Amino acid sequence: MSALLGKLSWDALPYDPIVITTLCVVGVLVSVLAFFVIKNKLLGPLWFDWLTSVDHKRIGIMYIILALVMLVRGFTDAVLMRLQLAMATNGDPGYLAPSHYDQIFSVHGVIMIIFVAMPFMTGLMNIVVPLQIGARDVAFPFLNSLSFWFTFSGAMLTNISLGLGEFAMTGWVAYPPLSGLEYSPGVGVDYYIWALQIAGIGTTLTAVNFLVTVFKMRAPGMKLMDMPIFTWTCTWANILIAASFPILTAVLGMLTLDRYLDFSFFTNDRGGNSMMYINLFWAWGHPEVYILVLPAFGIFSEIVSTFTGKRLFGYKSMVWATASISILGFIVWLHHFFTMGSSANVNAFFGIMTMIIAVPTGVKLFNWLFTMYRGRLRITVPVLWTLGFMVTFTIGGMTGVLLAVPGADYVLHNSLFLVAHFHNTIIGGAVFGYLAGFAFWFPKAMGYHLNVKWGKAAFWCWLVGFFLAFMPLYVLGFLGMTRRLNYTNNPDWNIWLYIALVGAFVIAAGIVCQLIQLYVSYRDRHQNLDTTGDPWNGHTLEWSTSSPPQFYNFAVLPKVSDLDAFTDMKEKGEAYTRHASYAPIHMPRNTMAGVAIGILSLVFGFAMVWHIWWLAIVGLVGMVGSFIARAYTSDVDYYVQPDEVARIENAHLDNVAKG
Amino acid sequence: MSTTHMNTHDAHAEHEEHHDTGKDTIFGFWLYLMTDCLLFASVFATYAVLFMNSAGGVTAKEVFEPTLSLILVGTSALLISSITFGFAMISAHKKQQANTLLWLAATFIFGAVFIALEIYEFHHLISAGNGPQTSAFLSAFFTLVGLHGLHVTAGLFWMIVLVIEIIKTGLTGRVLTRLGCLSLFWHFLDIIWICVFTVVYLMGAI
Repeated sequence: MSALLGKLSWDALPYDPIVITTLCVVGVLVSVLAFFVIKNKLLGPLWFDWLTSVDHKRIGIMYIILALVMLVRGFTDAVLMRLQLAMATNGDPGYLAPSHYDQIFSVHGVIMIIFVAMPFMTGLMNIVVPLQIGARDVAFPFLNSLSFWFTFSGAMLTNISLGLGEFAMTGWVAYPPLSGLEYSPGVGVDYYIWALQIAGIGTTLTAVNFLVTVFKMRAPGMKLMDMPIFTWTCTWANILIAASFPILTAVLGMLTLDRYLDFSFFTNDRGGNSMMYINLFWAWGHPEVYILVLPAFGIFSEIVSTFTGKRLFGYKSMVWATASISILGFIVWLHHFFTMGSSANVNAFFGIMTMIIAVPTGVKLFNWLFTMYRGRLRITVPVLWTLGFMVTFTIGGMTGVLLAVPGADYVLHNSLFLVAHFHNTIIGGAVFGYLAGFAFWFPKAMGYHLNVKWGKAAFWCWLVGFFLAFMPLYVLGFLGMTRRLNYTNNPDWNIWLYIALVGAFVIAAGIVCQLIQLYVSYRDRHQNLDTTGDPWNGHTLEWSTSSPPQFYNFAVLPKVSDLDAFTDMKEKGEAYTRHASYAPIHMPRNTMAGVAIGILSLVFGFAMVWHIWWLAIVGLVGMVGSFIARAYTSDVDYYVQPDEVARIENAHLDNVAKG
Repeated sequence: MSTTHMNTHDAHAEHEEHHDTGKDTIFGFWLYLMTDCLLFASVFATYAVLFMNSAGGVTAKEVFEPTLSLILVGTSALLISSITFGFAMISAHKKQQANTLLWLAATFIFGAVFIALEIYEFHHLISAGNGPQTSAFLSAFFTLVGLHGLHVTAGLFWMIVLVIEIIKTGLTGRVLTRLGCLSLFWHFLDIIWICVFTVVYLMGAI
């Protein structure tokens, strides 16, 4: 180990042809993108209008771009695994070496949960929540930018592990003692630790930021029980983040101490207790799945209500169901390890609590059904995702109740049945929700519509592909196949593995359709502009702004007197009022502090992974120094003048009048 | 941008607090403290699970009994520093800059005494061969107490940063908000320490 480069040496470079090819493709894509940006002189706008932006809408869009890019990487890993398992049958070793296969399933889980689902959710929340509550921005815009850049750094650290060194071979949960120094001496687990730790701190800050936003910055007249349902579900998700992510921070910190300073929290010897890790990990991990799915439930609620043209059935029960799920979500973590030897009574308690969660979830499903009942449901792309979700998620929920029975879990634990179950709920619940929300709010965020034909094609590919890919895994679970096998030797399993591979390809077609949809929609954007700002006849305040919304969101803060605030305004004829005069609007200035601190956190994380201590100190001191420099800056805000507000508002209202 | 820009901005600059962002910041800081509290709770839980696991090394009783009086001195220093910080806040709200700085200096000294004693204790333990690598009990002990110590150290640095800001800009609304956050942080760490002192040292020494 050298003082200058730590553990880093030529050996860290990849030798696997698959990895080298991937890196070359990524290199070419990045070069093409860079060339395009420089050729079109976009570097300035990119830096000043986007990367340094503190506007919640732009930060939201950047989160979603990050999520989509990481989705492509995480999905590629999924295809690699399915391909391996379809080839490595009857004892054939397949094309992936075990050490590579182990990294792929670990990184697939980490990316999909931490760097696809989380940023997608956070992105939608960023774009929509301040608009829904009639606020001009979040409570702490700079902190919001910082959160994004921490998430970005975590994602990049995961990506760097592909080219330099290795990723964890422990599964995405990184249980010790496997993840301890004795059994994982390489840098893989360290990449895992720092990627999660840095991104996790960003997520915690986001939760604090949005909780203050919804509790302190709602439009005049909007009571808590007037908040749109998506905002409510995000609020519960943020409460869960604030209550659970510190546990992750703590447990990763302890694993760090075990690995870096030879502590013995989770070691086999010296009195360590690896079960403590597993308990703490899932005390975070289980609330985490509700963090992912609750906002998706909110999205479906908004969509069902908007496209049936009715008020959401049972709004209050929806809010309370969300609250119950959030609280119950904290007392079920042990169901992830029923088999680890707790007493029967402990297992029974956690099993029953888990089953009880089905009750508030059922309340939600019935609320959606009753909202649709006697409504005129317009079958749009967001509605298709919603219907697909309702069927798919119900299946996933029922297999979850089955797994909640400790006796059944003893048979199904760690089998592909479990893998099928959580993909069923996370894809069929959370991801379908985000994609529905993406289609629903895209015109709002970007100002033009998504192409419908490609959107529907993407949906059908995803739905059919999902069932083809994951229903066979339920069967394989019953046939006794355990998870994380890198080859099999049981002819009875082969056919199901082949079907699952076909399913993965169909989902791949769905992703390609979505990329084509984005391209086609962008190409034809001038024909599909959303000039009114209210393309779906929406119910809530975000639809009262132009598309994309003005940077200050609302020229005059709306007065709210009803749950469906914008419907109420339209019915009373108060929507689109022209004001004679406007007050100056107080706005935060863009700042590069968020980018700087984020990138320095990446430097710090990278240095810690490779034990390059001097660089770690540079990164850490740089982060703290930049933060203090930012704290001493007084030029952090400005006022938009009334004449400028009037000009922007009148242009929008003229557009609305033209239709 | 219109030519009236500067004028309007100046007119508003004097009432910087009229957006009430200060109160939001304090509320946000409360929420942050709750997340920090859960961080400590997780480490406390781990300590509770592991503190019997001395693995043939020293036990809690053997470690804490001889040094208890020293810890009591450190504890008193930290508790007194909370009182002095309270006086600093009273002075700050009365816009008495010199008094504020004086009380902050006193707080800093008491906080630094606490940290110095903690470093001494850690050094003493490690040089006696009872470092955190010895057993799960000592790993958890050093982590729990060290995590608190790191927080206090961060608080001391933060205090320096704020003192410089007070000297540079005076007791503006922004500085008062930040002092308010630091004072919450400081009192919060005091409460955490009372738990540490009770659970780790007192109960350990019995």
